[in-house]
Amino acid sequence: MTFCYYFYKMKVYVLFFIIMFSSCKNEQEIKKDIKVENQKELIVYDFNELEPLLNIQDDKTYVVNFWATWCAPCVKELPYFETLNKEYKSKDVEVLLVSLDFPNQYDKRLKPFIAKHELRSKVVALNDVDSNSWIPKISEEWTGAIPATIIYNKSKRQFYEQSFNYSELKTEVDKFLN
Amino acid sequence: MKNLVKLLFVAIVIAGLSAFTNGKKEIKDGYKIGDIATDFKLKNVNGKMVSLSDFKDAKGFIVTFTCNTCPYAVAYEDRIEALNKMYAKKGYPVIAIMPNNIAVKPGDNMEAMQERAKEKGFTFPYLMDEGQRVYPQFGATKTPHIYILEKTNRGNVVKYIGAIDDNYQDANKVKVKYVENAVNALLKGKEVETKETKAIGCSIKV
Repeated sequence: MTFCYYFYKMKVYVLFFIIMFSSCKNEQEIKKDIKVENQKELIVYDFNELEPLLNIQDDKTYVVNFWATWCAPCVKELPYFETLNKEYKSKDVEVLLVSLDFPNQYDKRLKPFIAKHELRSKVVALNDVDSNSWIPKISEEWTGAIPATIIYNKSKRQFYEQSFNYSELKTEVDKFLN
Repeated sequence: MKNLVKLLFVAIVIAGLSAFTNGKKEIKDGYKIGDIATDFKLKNVNGKMVSLSDFKDAKGFIVTFTCNTCPYAVAYEDRIEALNKMYAKKGYPVIAIMPNNIAVKPGDNMEAMQERAKEKGFTFPYLMDEGQRVYPQFGATKTPHIYILEKTNRGNVVKYIGAIDDNYQDANKVKVKYVENAVNALLKGKEVETKETKAIGCSIKV
């Protein structure tokens, strides 16, 4: 309780300072601060919000994995994506884990799972029930089974409706790095 | 002569390899709209064997690949039961098939299937794809995965492949009932408008 009180008090001070310096600090910077704070929270997107993350046109290679905590083969391959994210960071590879857990499981299962496994890759949740509209936009080949993965960069894109082990995953990602 | 043997050997190896890749491809391809579905004989939760040909009065079938352990399949259990209640008497019974390898998913074994069928009061056959031979013929990749068949003189023709409706989370918020629309059209002797849909599901465990 006391902690809450101090926190509350601190927040008042912070607010005070923000107001004081708001003339110096532009709006964009404040927005950035808020964003950093929110990253501890689970980011939930519908497909329109997720789509830009599947089409980033920079020099990086992106590995996007669709998974869920209840999907046994997904959970099994998750450590490989985590390892890849770590070991290939220097090669400009970034992993994005898109959870398809049901919204009523976010607090009960997904958030505890992310904390327990200390996931370092970026995790977002996709909540968009009309899957018939967006599955073909991810890939015409996708029947809708998970796990599923996209590897892409600005010049190449490949979709996989399958499970990976680490060496298979590395082999596929290496094809994008030249 | 030696060369001939060598050539034969190479031919056999090539034939063997191509047979292998074909086998893999078959699973991915499966039935397309308009294909004739082969009949099967699978064990029901009541211990009896079930084939499509047993349903003499049926006009067609709502073949549903489903299981106990997939949250998407579970989310649709009540809706599958409702479909059977609504359409079995009109000639389109639900035939549910559990395609998973039970060594990987023990929660889908026959005992668990029997328990679930009893608990939920399933009025449709809930069959075990023992040996996992039927789902690859259909080309099912996930649970739930629906195939609507129409009985014709040529055989059971695939008329619809895909999802039950457009909202797995909430049956009350469904906007489009794909399966109902398809069966209603067939009952009226009309073309099915939306023949294929995609939905998220659990990959079939091999």
